[in-house]
Amino acid sequence: MSLSGDDLARVAKLARLGLTTEEKEATATQLNGILALIDRMQAVDTDSVEPLAHPLELTQVLRADEVTEHNQRDHYQRVAPHAQDGLYLVPRVVE
Amino acid sequence: MNEITDLSLKALSEGLQAKTFSSVEITDAFLKRIGALNAKTNAFITVTEEAARAHAVDADARHAKGQAGPLTGVPIAHKDLFCTEGVLTSCGSKMLANFIAPYDAHVVTQCKTAGLVTLGKLNMDEFAMGSSNENSVFGPVHNPWDLSRVPGGSSGGSAAAVAASMTPLATATDTGGSIRQPAALTGTSGLKPTYGRVSRYGMVAFASSLDQGGLIAQTAEDIALGLGVIAGHDVRDSTSANVPVDDYAQELEKPLTGMTIGLPEAFFDERLNASMGQRVDAVIEAFQALGVQFKTVQLPHVAEAIPAYYVIAPAEASSNLSRYDGVRFGHRADNPTDLMDLYERSRSEGFGSEVKRRILIGTYALSEGYFDAYYKKAQQIRRLIRDDYTQAFTECDLLLSPTTPSTAFPIGEKSTDPVAMYLEDIYTVATNLAGLPGGSFQAGLIDGLPAGYQLTGPAFSEGRILNAAHQLQQATDWHQARPEGLTHV
Repeated sequence: MSLSGDDLARVAKLARLGLTTEEKEATATQLNGILALIDRMQAVDTDSVEPLAHPLELTQVLRADEVTEHNQRDHYQRVAPHAQDGLYLVPRVVE
Repeated sequence: MNEITDLSLKALSEGLQAKTFSSVEITDAFLKRIGALNAKTNAFITVTEEAARAHAVDADARHAKGQAGPLTGVPIAHKDLFCTEGVLTSCGSKMLANFIAPYDAHVVTQCKTAGLVTLGKLNMDEFAMGSSNENSVFGPVHNPWDLSRVPGGSSGGSAAAVAASMTPLATATDTGGSIRQPAALTGTSGLKPTYGRVSRYGMVAFASSLDQGGLIAQTAEDIALGLGVIAGHDVRDSTSANVPVDDYAQELEKPLTGMTIGLPEAFFDERLNASMGQRVDAVIEAFQALGVQFKTVQLPHVAEAIPAYYVIAPAEASSNLSRYDGVRFGHRADNPTDLMDLYERSRSEGFGSEVKRRILIGTYALSEGYFDAYYKKAQQIRRLIRDDYTQAFTECDLLLSPTTPSTAFPIGEKSTDPVAMYLEDIYTVATNLAGLPGGSFQAGLIDGLPAGYQLTGPAFSEGRILNAAHQLQQATDWHQARPEGLTHV
């Protein structure tokens, strides 16, 4: 499979990445090189093979339903680029 | 000769117990060497000089009161993706170039509790994506053996700092080879533990089903001492393994008689270059002299590890890195016109080109209509590879191969060809897909540059890997070679 200019624009939008016109061309060539490498997978017969998501196949452990985390909003918001009165500031969304 | 900085972690620990020197003396010696060599190697992003001296004073007080552990007062430095409270944790990225971590990673907490003295934070490929440490917004790291060459990556700062004796021990992380490959290229020892052996809490995520924290040091013995500190169950990482931690230091001394090491045929085909093959043959002979048996084993699907890895790792990265939105922390674009503009420009300005490539590949692989052909297929191959290893370990105790196809390459040689860079990981990525522990250890020099050999073992066999490597280091002197140009400061 290879990636057209339109595909790249669609994927970049999904990924919320803006690419300049020069970047688009170089990126498409590089991504197609990577996809050619990846496509070697298609030669492997994987019929009836279960996908493996976790190498040791451990299952999620449930903890006791107790409060372990305390509210540290102010501490964590100190690294926010724009926060005010405990809120993160973003451009206006609703007019 | 600067005596203190030449010592191993083990020797520093013994010297502290015997009061031959104090932690303040050790810390000052390493800080002095960092000051002299960092302009050349660029291994450190941040040197926490004042905090290090304060930790050293505390450590000396613990020694005076008889409350010290074996590593109290010994220095360490952390790869710059382990969160360190109050200290820049940049991940080598413009995106996090302003990020002062609000808490400590589990690994950092464990080190502080044991009394290790933090010297600072180490350079790395941006978000741990790379095999050369050229993808750092703070500039490339230079290999202490030849400053015009790469130290490997992504833990290039960790490996270079240990190789240049700027720290006796460094934390590192490995998603597809990022501990083992730089260890090989800098003549150091590096261990990627079993997936889940070391908590990922506070470790900036790249590919969560593959990422694992570990260590780089001069010797297997030093890694054994450090691993005892950072390994163990942590409830804050839901993938952390609730499995007892072995006494790694005690396991080191076992004789190797009766051990069988497998040689995966796929790693010894015509693509293995002759000089690297000779180094591996020398390692095999040295192991044979210690009573180790060798046999050829099959890993039938291992050739597909690179393609499967370059689907799974970017797919998980694209998901993990979606958190960088310019809103909660990290880089934020100036004067955004609307929310979409804020997201797009913050991310486009904050991420470097390799990170963008991987986000795009991952987003594509996970997008509607492509999931089965890419991500699901890769996970199926992942199972085949894992099963290959399970089968191989019914026939042998450990597997041996080269760590890398060649020695350190010149800075700039592969930086414009992502696929050539990805093939650096040809011997290392399968271990991550299978979740197994793997180490790289010194195999001597080729034309004055270090070569490494890799040992891979079954899950939770870190002790066996370190035992084998330690016994070999007792019988050979390859791990004692140091980069000559930097010996005298």
